[in-house]
Amino acid sequence: MPTDTATITQLTQREYEWGFYTDIEEEKVPKGLNEEIIRTISRLKGEPEWLLEWRLRAYRHWLTMEEPRWLPNIRYGQIDYQDIHYYAAPKRRKPLASLDEVDPEIRRTFEKLGIPLEEQKRLAGVAVDAVFDSVSVATTYKEKLRELGIIFCSFSEAVREHPELVRQYLGSVVPYNDNFFAALNSAVFSDGSFVYVPPGVRCPMELSTYFRINARETGQFERTLIIADRGSYVSYLEGCTAPMRDENQLHAAVVELIALDEAEIKYSTVQNWYPGDKEGRGGIYNFVTKRGACRGRRSKISWTQVETGSAITWKYPSVILQGDDSVGEFYSVAVTNNYQQADTGTKMIHIGRNTRSTIVSKGISAGHGQNTYRGLVKIMKGAAYARNYSQCDSLLIGDKCGAHTMPYIEVRNATARVEHEASTSKIGEDQIFYCRQRGLSTEDAVNMIVNGFCKQVLLNLPMEFAVEAQKLLGISLEGSVG
Amino acid sequence: MPPMLEIRDLYVQVEGKEILKGVNLTLPVGQVHAIMGPNGSGKSTLAAVLAGREDYEITKGEVLYMGRSLLDLDPEERAREGIFLAFQYPVEIPGVTNMYFLRAAVNAIRKHRGLPELDAMDFLALVREKLRLLHMDEALLKRSVNEGFSGGEKKRNEILQMAVLEPRLCIMDETDSGLDIDALRVVADGVNSLRSPDRSILVITHYQRLLNYIIPDQVHVLLDGRIVRSGTKELALELEAKGYGWLERELTVSKL
Ligand SMILES: Nc1ncnc2c1ncn2[C@@H]1O[C@H](COP(=O)(O)OP(=O)(O)O)[C@@H](O)[C@H]1O
Ligand SMILES: [Mg+2]
Repeated sequence: MPTDTATITQLTQREYEWGFYTDIEEEKVPKGLNEEIIRTISRLKGEPEWLLEWRLRAYRHWLTMEEPRWLPNIRYGQIDYQDIHYYAAPKRRKPLASLDEVDPEIRRTFEKLGIPLEEQKRLAGVAVDAVFDSVSVATTYKEKLRELGIIFCSFSEAVREHPELVRQYLGSVVPYNDNFFAALNSAVFSDGSFVYVPPGVRCPMELSTYFRINARETGQFERTLIIADRGSYVSYLEGCTAPMRDENQLHAAVVELIALDEAEIKYSTVQNWYPGDKEGRGGIYNFVTKRGACRGRRSKISWTQVETGSAITWKYPSVILQGDDSVGEFYSVAVTNNYQQADTGTKMIHIGRNTRSTIVSKGISAGHGQNTYRGLVKIMKGAAYARNYSQCDSLLIGDKCGAHTMPYIEVRNATARVEHEASTSKIGEDQIFYCRQRGLSTEDAVNMIVNGFCKQVLLNLPMEFAVEAQKLLGISLEGSVG
Repeated sequence: MPPMLEIRDLYVQVEGKEILKGVNLTLPVGQVHAIMGPNGSGKSTLAAVLAGREDYEITKGEVLYMGRSLLDLDPEERAREGIFLAFQYPVEIPGVTNMYFLRAAVNAIRKHRGLPELDAMDFLALVREKLRLLHMDEALLKRSVNEGFSGGEKKRNEILQMAVLEPRLCIMDETDSGLDIDALRVVADGVNSLRSPDRSILVITHYQRLLNYIIPDQVHVLLDGRIVRSGTKELALELEAKGYGWLERELTVSKL
């Protein structure tokens, strides 16, 4: 017993591998938050008046809100919102015409991450919109996508080139007054991604963005908006790593998805931000609002996430099932180690008839990690014959960590069917000994057991991303995935 | 040639409680020995200690495997060196297919022996042959390791792994318990097919009936942490007829 436990502890305490810092000159707006700062951001980005007005409304509303402190299992230090730079962009002399003009320092950063842009271009079917800090520095595959009428660009570019689409959909799923962090994001968001897939078009490649937090003490406020028009399909990948640092960093992104009639959006995330050190110092605060609206009949939105990083993760990718026969899915693996805390889950709001949702959540806790699943399944009056299936499993590694499962269910229609299953298990000495007796090392045994535990979720990731997830989870993937 | 296994005066404690109290046993290369004993006599403890389970404290004695000291090796090193334990209670690993698990094990051992890893095709060919031997359905390979297996399937799965991994020393801990007579035969046939001049097998059992099918070269009786008697297969029959109580009484008498 003691030896195995010690080994497991060692294994789960591997240092964050990608904690390097890139030296790039940054153009910063002074620290602090007030209307003047918001006007400056909007001006630097050359935004139209309506967007500035929207930001200001969000800001004024935010001033009336309280920072949420209601999560019983989550503790975090005071955030000084006046001590944050709300805008930073890599300095550059002129607009970039090609990848060759990308700052070599940035290119090296990507190479350290194992994702050199030139190789990504060649990677089968992956288009990459690389976001470095707040401003897109390189975009690939744009032309090919444009032929199909697919718009895939930075949010700022969308504001310039497709203002009518942005204006129609921005805030339509996550209103600026939705919650404290969404309001803050709406006021100061810097950049992010925009996708529009026209009617009947099936996007032939995975759209992928690597986000990266780099500027010291720069809060990150990305904004992503994805619209799948009637009968279209798109798969979007989001992944990130961050350099090691001591100060806690706030990250409050907003992602809005809209699926019209018979459209499908698949959104996959691998999140590996700096989790803090072994004593729990530093690390990213990841307070994200992600929500999708199945507006159309027979539309479908599927969230898949592998959350391994951040000191605190607080996110509930949700689906509003408005259209009749629409489908919402949530597949999640959340790992907490050392002093990491994760409070994650989903909300499935059934409004239309025959709407269906599936929730599969796998929480892995090691060290002193605390992992909470918090989910809401809400069946509204009109959602006749709605169905939900939820499964929440927790795996504990060691005896100082915790797992909590909080499913909330509200059913207002008698024809609906809601099923919930939950389990908690411990990686057993017996399992590890059994594997070792067959010749496997303890490390391989733990990887194999963890991988088996997460399999249902990993199988939902696109192949390229499953590889990334493998890297980040430190697990050897099973035959069916790798 | 040194014996496959030599246990010398082995004392083992678990949580401060003495379980093995001076076990001596020599298993020559190429032979099959049986260890019999009532529940709680320490059979599984002995098997676990041989396989390297770490929550057992060895307070005295030594174990030699092919003439080399065994007790300093990690469980995985012992496995790679050719020691296989068929578990009394095989462990479930949800989400990991039997196929994947077995291939990982085969390749870990092959790597240790300086052999190239088997690819999926070669591996499948190897496993198919062993499946036939054990009358097992190929569908079992696609299921998670031991998850939802019946008692008999679990035991057969252990022998399948043993057949695929081709160990030098096989330790079978009550592989017969919970098997019906047909399954018992299949398992015994499988084990007999593994008998060879350079392999040794230690069959741990509570009952004599398995030994009708796997004929041992020697039988040892483990009672309260000691081997109290060794003999030929007839000893097993005598035990069956008279019960363990007979030996216990005899021992008490001889102590007086
Ligand atoms: N992990 C353990 N902790 C405490 N006692 C144990 C443990 N393992 C075995 N024992 C005890 O050791 C004795 C021998 O057990 P075991 O080796 O399983 O016997 P057998 O396999 O012959 O039935 C029993 O009294 C049992 O309760
Ligand atoms: Mg036993």
